[in-house]
Amino acid sequence: MTEVLAADRDVVSMLQDRSVEMRLANLRLVETAGSGHYGPCFSCMEIMVSLYYGLLRVRPDEPAWPDRDRFVLGKGHACSALYPILADLGFFPDARLETFTRLGSMLGDHPDMRKIPGIDFSSGSLGHGLSIGTGMADGVRLAGRDSRVVVLLGDGELNEGQVWEAAAYASHRGLSNLLAIVDANKVSVDGATADLLSFEPIDRRFAAFGWVAQRVDGHSHTALLAAYREFDDRRAAEPDGPPTVLVADTVAGKGIDFIEGMAEWHVGYLGGVDRERAIASIRRMFTNESQEDR
Amino acid sequence: MRTAMAIAPDGARNAADLRDPASFDHVGRDAGATFAAGGVLADLADHDSRIVVGCADLTYVTRLATFGARHPDRFLYYGISERNMIGAAAGLATTGLIPYVCTFACFSAILGYENFRTDLAYPRLPVRVLGTHAGISMGFFGTSHHATEDIAALRAVANLTVLSPCDPVATEALLRGTVDHDGPIYFRVGRGRETAVYQTVDQLRLDRPTVLARGDDVLLVATGVMVQECLAAAEALRADGIGASVLDVHTLKPFPGEAVAELAAAHRAVVTVEEHTVEGGLGTMTVEALAAAGVATPVHKHGLRDEYALVGPPTHLYRYYGLSGDGIATVARRLLDRKSPTPLVADPLWTDQDRADVYARLGVPR
Repeated sequence: MTEVLAADRDVVSMLQDRSVEMRLANLRLVETAGSGHYGPCFSCMEIMVSLYYGLLRVRPDEPAWPDRDRFVLGKGHACSALYPILADLGFFPDARLETFTRLGSMLGDHPDMRKIPGIDFSSGSLGHGLSIGTGMADGVRLAGRDSRVVVLLGDGELNEGQVWEAAAYASHRGLSNLLAIVDANKVSVDGATADLLSFEPIDRRFAAFGWVAQRVDGHSHTALLAAYREFDDRRAAEPDGPPTVLVADTVAGKGIDFIEGMAEWHVGYLGGVDRERAIASIRRMFTNESQEDR
Repeated sequence: MRTAMAIAPDGARNAADLRDPASFDHVGRDAGATFAAGGVLADLADHDSRIVVGCADLTYVTRLATFGARHPDRFLYYGISERNMIGAAAGLATTGLIPYVCTFACFSAILGYENFRTDLAYPRLPVRVLGTHAGISMGFFGTSHHATEDIAALRAVANLTVLSPCDPVATEALLRGTVDHDGPIYFRVGRGRETAVYQTVDQLRLDRPTVLARGDDVLLVATGVMVQECLAAAEALRADGIGASVLDVHTLKPFPGEAVAELAAAHRAVVTVEEHTVEGGLGTMTVEALAAAGVATPVHKHGLRDEYALVGPPTHLYRYYGLSGDGIATVARRLLDRKSPTPLVADPLWTDQDRADVYARLGVPR
């Protein structure tokens, strides 16, 4: 095994630990609100953790740093997965997490860029994020900056027609610095996306719109890091090339084994003994997968 | 990056070999319209690298092609996807740019309403949206192309500024005066056929509505292209010995309520005139301002009622709805003649019979 791969293994191990910690932090956050988006938060936890601890160049002490990479949380309802990460990185004090959803808090259950350091755009209305991201991608390039722009979408969100307006624009324009990630957790509020209004094959639909499209295991840090690296290689090699989309196959509520894959857990609350069961389940995560990664 | 649609340096388009003087293509159709924004923004952008312009398939019609020809690197083209364009403009603004995006009012304010609220106003980003061909100025293109609800809808959006220039000089004054404004702006613009009201940009003060005519009897409160019609009405009233003031409310939000109320208090009656529904627009804001100030001068809200406009040439529609100078003068006379009027005279002073009379002269057989 080369040194590089050994280092990668350490990085993956660190990211897995963070993913577990951040799930547990999310459970604490939800305690304050008495309501949480467990399903859509836990499906994208590996994506968020790998982005913030493995890819994005940001400065917690200078949130508006002009050369930073941008992150747009298109699926704004997953913000309670992001808040503990931002606090951990130092964008705001941990104590702020305890105000989540309370009267006057900066931390609502959809993020507000004017209130929360580290949030690059306000979101919550689905279908807007990719358009916002194309504007950011154009803006940083017009200013000659090397910034990446990453937009996280849900698979249900792809029902919104505006997503495809933005998809057409981004490839036509050659926004190679734009990375969209679809958290394909296969459910929306009403049930399975495959039953309700399927947009599969998502990767081929984006490819037909001129994007480089790739499916990845959205719970594998190894796979996500490799895909990020390929994205960076492509935009370096072909600055005016196509944008990239990673269709990340994920499981809603991943880590809490008794709610995994259930549309009924878009929003809910786990109290008392169920919370203890959830914690125990989360702590068991990666005990087998980490072997596979090696 | 691929640059946007190619615009010839002189803005010229293909010309077909037309032989009949009655024939025209889109170039001919658009000829003679005056839209200030393209040239003003191109001039501003010569010295301000923050300015970018976005269009959605109406680049030539709205004369933003002037900008695209001079600054192709800062001209962004979105195709027929207005909501995407407004969202993208928000993203651009987060990087320090000042985006101006333009299309017809019906496709910016009406189609893009939620994007206004969620992408521009909620995050308070310095995006400027130009909605041209507002009101019923698209005439026979029909209701899909009219915008008679945009003032009412957008006044409800916090953080948003709503501006309504009546001519190209006012457009230039408002564009130049708001470049550094910290928040989103909607410019409600006409169809580019407006006669000149202002001669120079310094005749318009950003911080107050403009008094364009003075008379003691009736105050005509107008916005957009109704300013010209109110000036014509004031002339007609003067011939009858009735003194009319004309107020150009170029800034609808924030509404200059104190200035309007103060002026209203100095008149016997107030007529608000708008190419827009009277439900929630200029008239409603005026009535609220007078009530707040305790000014009891009777007011009549003149404009479209709770309705969609007929199809017809714009000038015929203005006459039909009593929104031409003569119609406005008639409404003002009737309000002044009203014995013991209530503070809000709500019944139509331009009646169904008035409409029917115009229709009999100009309309097709029913």
